[in-house]
Amino acid sequence: MKYLCLIYGVEANLATCSNEEMGKMILDYEAFARGIVQTGQYVAGEALQPTSTATTVRVRDGKTTVTDGPFAETKEQLGGFYMVEAADLNDAIQIASRIPGARFGSVEVRPVMDIHSPA
Amino acid sequence: MSADGNHVAREVERIHREDSRRILATLVRLLGDWDLAEEALQEAFAEALSCWPRDGIPTHPRSWLVSAGRFRMIDKIRRDGRFERLPEGFEDLLAAPADDPAPEGADLPDDRLRMVFTCCHPALSPEARIALTLREVCGLATEEIAAAFLVSPATVAQRIVRAKAKIRDARIPFQVPEGADLRERLDAVLLVVYLVFNEGYHASRGAELLRTDLVAEALRLGELLVELLPRGEVKSLLALMLFHDSRRRARVDDAGDLVLLDEQDRALWDPESVQRGQELVDSAFASGEVGPYSLQAAIACLHATAPSSEATDWPQIAGLYQVLRRTSPSPVVDLNAAVAEGMAWGPSRGLARIESLLGEGALADYALAHSARASFLERLGRIEEARAAWTAALDSVGEAGAQRRFLERRIARLG
Repeated sequence: MKYLCLIYGVEANLATCSNEEMGKMILDYEAFARGIVQTGQYVAGEALQPTSTATTVRVRDGKTTVTDGPFAETKEQLGGFYMVEAADLNDAIQIASRIPGARFGSVEVRPVMDIHSPA
Repeated sequence: MSADGNHVAREVERIHREDSRRILATLVRLLGDWDLAEEALQEAFAEALSCWPRDGIPTHPRSWLVSAGRFRMIDKIRRDGRFERLPEGFEDLLAAPADDPAPEGADLPDDRLRMVFTCCHPALSPEARIALTLREVCGLATEEIAAAFLVSPATVAQRIVRAKAKIRDARIPFQVPEGADLRERLDAVLLVVYLVFNEGYHASRGAELLRTDLVAEALRLGELLVELLPRGEVKSLLALMLFHDSRRRARVDDAGDLVLLDEQDRALWDPESVQRGQELVDSAFASGEVGPYSLQAAIACLHATAPSSEATDWPQIAGLYQVLRRTSPSPVVDLNAAVAEGMAWGPSRGLARIESLLGEGALADYALAHSARASFLERLGRIEEARAAWTAALDSVGEAGAQRRFLERRIARLG
């Protein structure tokens, strides 16, 4: 079963990170990703540009409106994600707990809907 | 119905009452789907009612019911063509032999433990964990749970439906965690049991009589866990609940008012609960696995076995609270530590510690902190300050009830 792990953190903290801290973080992420690739649990994963680059798009009555910024202001912002293959929620929680960002921010674990089975 | 038929019906009713939760747990594991398992359980008992008067009660009724439920569901799934709902491993289930040779008992305990861990999974909301555990493990009706927690049956039903949907959709596994996960998950399980107990025991809201059932359910859950997972913390939680419950008859007077520990008639304490609690604490400490419940149970044990408040080993209690403050710090533990120090080394010391805690602010709205302060002031003969402290306690108690009446009585007693 696939789970999407959404990695949230305080963006402002990232901006004040030293080069050394940033380097360590990148190494930690590389080690984590290598681990789940090896176990066959990796499906996809990306880091995102900060929310200052975000654009929100809505279509109402056929009219498209485009606004600057994320759809909602939150204390922690979405910074990246992994899609993983896990046996069950316990397995997915185990993977999520090893994502480096979980130590600073939070990781939301969401099961991916299987559109072939009835809701 | 014949005399024999009556006998069978009574027996089916007894098995339903005593064993339906165990059978359900096994069916959930076998069918991999909660709703299917519930349906299978009902079908199995219906089948027993029609077959047993004719064929006699089987040697292993529980195994019979598990098999019957399982095969009725397989038939149903085939008939309805609900193949899209087939759980994983269903082929194995179809291939399993028709007469389940599993001996009575050998198949079941693990399934009940799986059920407990699934119901108490931290990915469910605390309210949902409690409702689900009482419903699925204890077999309480939705209406009973609603009455005990003073919410509407619709609210409880909705909590249970949502929790089951999350179990299914997020795939919360039906398993007992292993290794390092077990300790963390066990904490979540023990907390649910203790919350159920406290809700019944303290009964700060609503009609008290209704709620003693929760105490009985929590004790039953505690016994079940000790039977299934006899670890130090599990035994200690049961011991702790037994010590509290041993004072049931002494802690409330004829008028339904609370009686403080030091004023209770110790002859009313239930010696059997105390003795069983003591054995459990001894065995927990012998296992070498000491956690927050072991420390609290050890403290409760010293209270329960003391001949009087004065003859209580307060210095040891104060020492245990110091350990508890390090391992599981909380403002309430700080308060209890301060009270124990006051009892061990004099009211001035206790008063100073409580006033410093109140100064830190965390306990300002906590009635028991003001009560403890009032009590020490009274013992020091500072009556007017005591009156003000009892009044502050009264102001922190919201609703009417036993606690409020107790405080009013203490103020009146000052004259």
